[in-house]
Amino acid sequence: MRDWTRQKTERATRMDAAAPFADGKVVAADNATDMLRRVIKSGDRVCLEGDNQKQADFLASCLAQVDPADIHDLHIVQSGLVLPEHLDLFRLGIAKKLDFSYSGPQSGAIARALDQGKIELGAIHTYIELFARYYVDLTPNVALIAGVCADRDGNLYTGPNTEDTPTIVEATAYKSGVVIAQVNKIVDKVPRVDIPGDQIDFVVEAPRPFYVEPLFTRDPGAVTDSQILMAMIALKGIYAEYRPKRLNHGIGFATAAIELLLPTYGEKLGLRGEVATHWALNPHPTLIPAIESGWVEQIHCFGSEVGMDRYMSARPDVYFTGKDGTLRSNRLMCQNAGLYACDMFIGSTLQIDLAGNSSTVTPDRIAGFGGAPNMGSDAHGRRHVSDAWLKAGREAAGGAGPLVRGRKLVVQMVETFGEGMKPAFVEELDSLALARKLNMELAPVMIFGDDVTHIVTEEGIANLLLCRNADDVEQAIRGVAGYTPVGMARDRAKVEALRQRGVIRRPEDLGVDPMEANRNLLAARSIRDLVTWSDGLYSPPSKFRNW
Amino acid sequence: METFTIRARARAPLPGTGRQAIVGVVASGNLEILLERSETDNDVVVDVATSARGFRAVWEAVVADFVTRSSPGGVRFSIHDNGARPDTVTLRLLQGVKLLETQP
Repeated sequence: MRDWTRQKTERATRMDAAAPFADGKVVAADNATDMLRRVIKSGDRVCLEGDNQKQADFLASCLAQVDPADIHDLHIVQSGLVLPEHLDLFRLGIAKKLDFSYSGPQSGAIARALDQGKIELGAIHTYIELFARYYVDLTPNVALIAGVCADRDGNLYTGPNTEDTPTIVEATAYKSGVVIAQVNKIVDKVPRVDIPGDQIDFVVEAPRPFYVEPLFTRDPGAVTDSQILMAMIALKGIYAEYRPKRLNHGIGFATAAIELLLPTYGEKLGLRGEVATHWALNPHPTLIPAIESGWVEQIHCFGSEVGMDRYMSARPDVYFTGKDGTLRSNRLMCQNAGLYACDMFIGSTLQIDLAGNSSTVTPDRIAGFGGAPNMGSDAHGRRHVSDAWLKAGREAAGGAGPLVRGRKLVVQMVETFGEGMKPAFVEELDSLALARKLNMELAPVMIFGDDVTHIVTEEGIANLLLCRNADDVEQAIRGVAGYTPVGMARDRAKVEALRQRGVIRRPEDLGVDPMEANRNLLAARSIRDLVTWSDGLYSPPSKFRNW
Repeated sequence: METFTIRARARAPLPGTGRQAIVGVVASGNLEILLERSETDNDVVVDVATSARGFRAVWEAVVADFVTRSSPGGVRFSIHDNGARPDTVTLRLLQGVKLLETQP
């Protein structure tokens, strides 16, 4: 007869083995590695919480200390692989297989480890795609997570960086897995319960607070005139044209420039209250001037941002906060919001090809996807309408057919030349060469061309919704690709014809004067200005201070 | 460092009477342009000193488009470039002629 409770039995065995190293649920930091040895078995699927920002760094260093002879062939299933310890697990032979979403600072190390055969790669996912698989075929056996504090019953306060934690814990705890939390402090009573104690098996007070990476701070002092020009083009040619009220911004300088232009150039265009009122967005400091000027109704956040806590706590009408007063973020919910409830995604990329496919992969770096492919895609399951969504859909359909559904605006902003004068427009994405080298069945593409609706460069806008065939798309892209080899190889007659059709719009077609594009147009020109706008509530990390 | 000179013919002489103007800064990713009304009629001369080698074809394309878009006849441009991207070059050239044009 089949045993239907093997997982529960297995869990009980492991919990019993770990019990001597714990006092109830509380495990001393010195015992953490021994406890992990009892709880984790070779071949387990392990989620070692590495979110976009928050890192279970202490538990990661403990796991890296186990003997690979005892524990090996782990299958790591986590969204962010961003700490050196994460890679150590593979280098030391403790872990073997990897399914992840984002690697940021470890993108070079991952590419090398893949090339050397140290990592067996499952797939590079988007965030919600990986989260979805936690509930289908990548359910963790053990989750090692991070929070600000916990009580002795395991009730967990994540702090503003809730991020992925509830999603990981739900999948693990309700499928007979073991959940271990590192916290900065064990307390008598937590400020709010983000994860109920009965989903947490062990808590460890880490010797130092968990690491949080400031990812979304863009110094207004580094915004260039070209980025300001692109922001003006986007505001006039896309925001004023389609009036998207609900949106997500990427994290580059071009979108930071838009945020800083809302209270100045956007105000002049009469757009306040008409666009960009509701957001799925990380806490961008550069949005502070627009918030303070009354542009923004509300913002739901994927994660938090270093230095923004006091400001957000003081603006609970705008941000989601708990009864304790601090931000509650949630990556799964916010990604879902960006996918289904936003009319526009606008963000930057590194490379775009002639079909509009884009990628951030270079031959020696695999940065992963994060959330961009979901933010930057048209959700075919969407059934509610908005003016912006319908207008985009009608442009794509060319007015034909009785059943015209809408389209999400997916806007790529790229400077024609990137760092080191590397052209952003290419005949073939570098990710294809990488895929050939590593024998990947699917080349990593951030956003596929058929999802992209507009490309904005300093030369103007290419509206791909109005393109009727592949040749239109290619010439529209060449037509805004500036002096890159791809841009110089344009068919000038075809590009001019596309301009007549409104597929390509130059600054002069939009009434945007490039001479106006200078830093005087920014609502804040420095980090210090942002602090002033926030009434002193924003406290930037030291690396962004020069006072 | 690479230096070269590009010559072109504009449609018309640049309006205004300003003799000399300077725009931009010599900073990384930026450039400085000195404009002098020293050439005859519709002649345009652009002296380029650039830190980035191998981009002469791009400079020629940028200057050709600029001369078509603007009409800077009679002007000599001396450019000190520190790796500015082509769009920044175009912007500074446009700013320069505007300044020279509107100078008393």
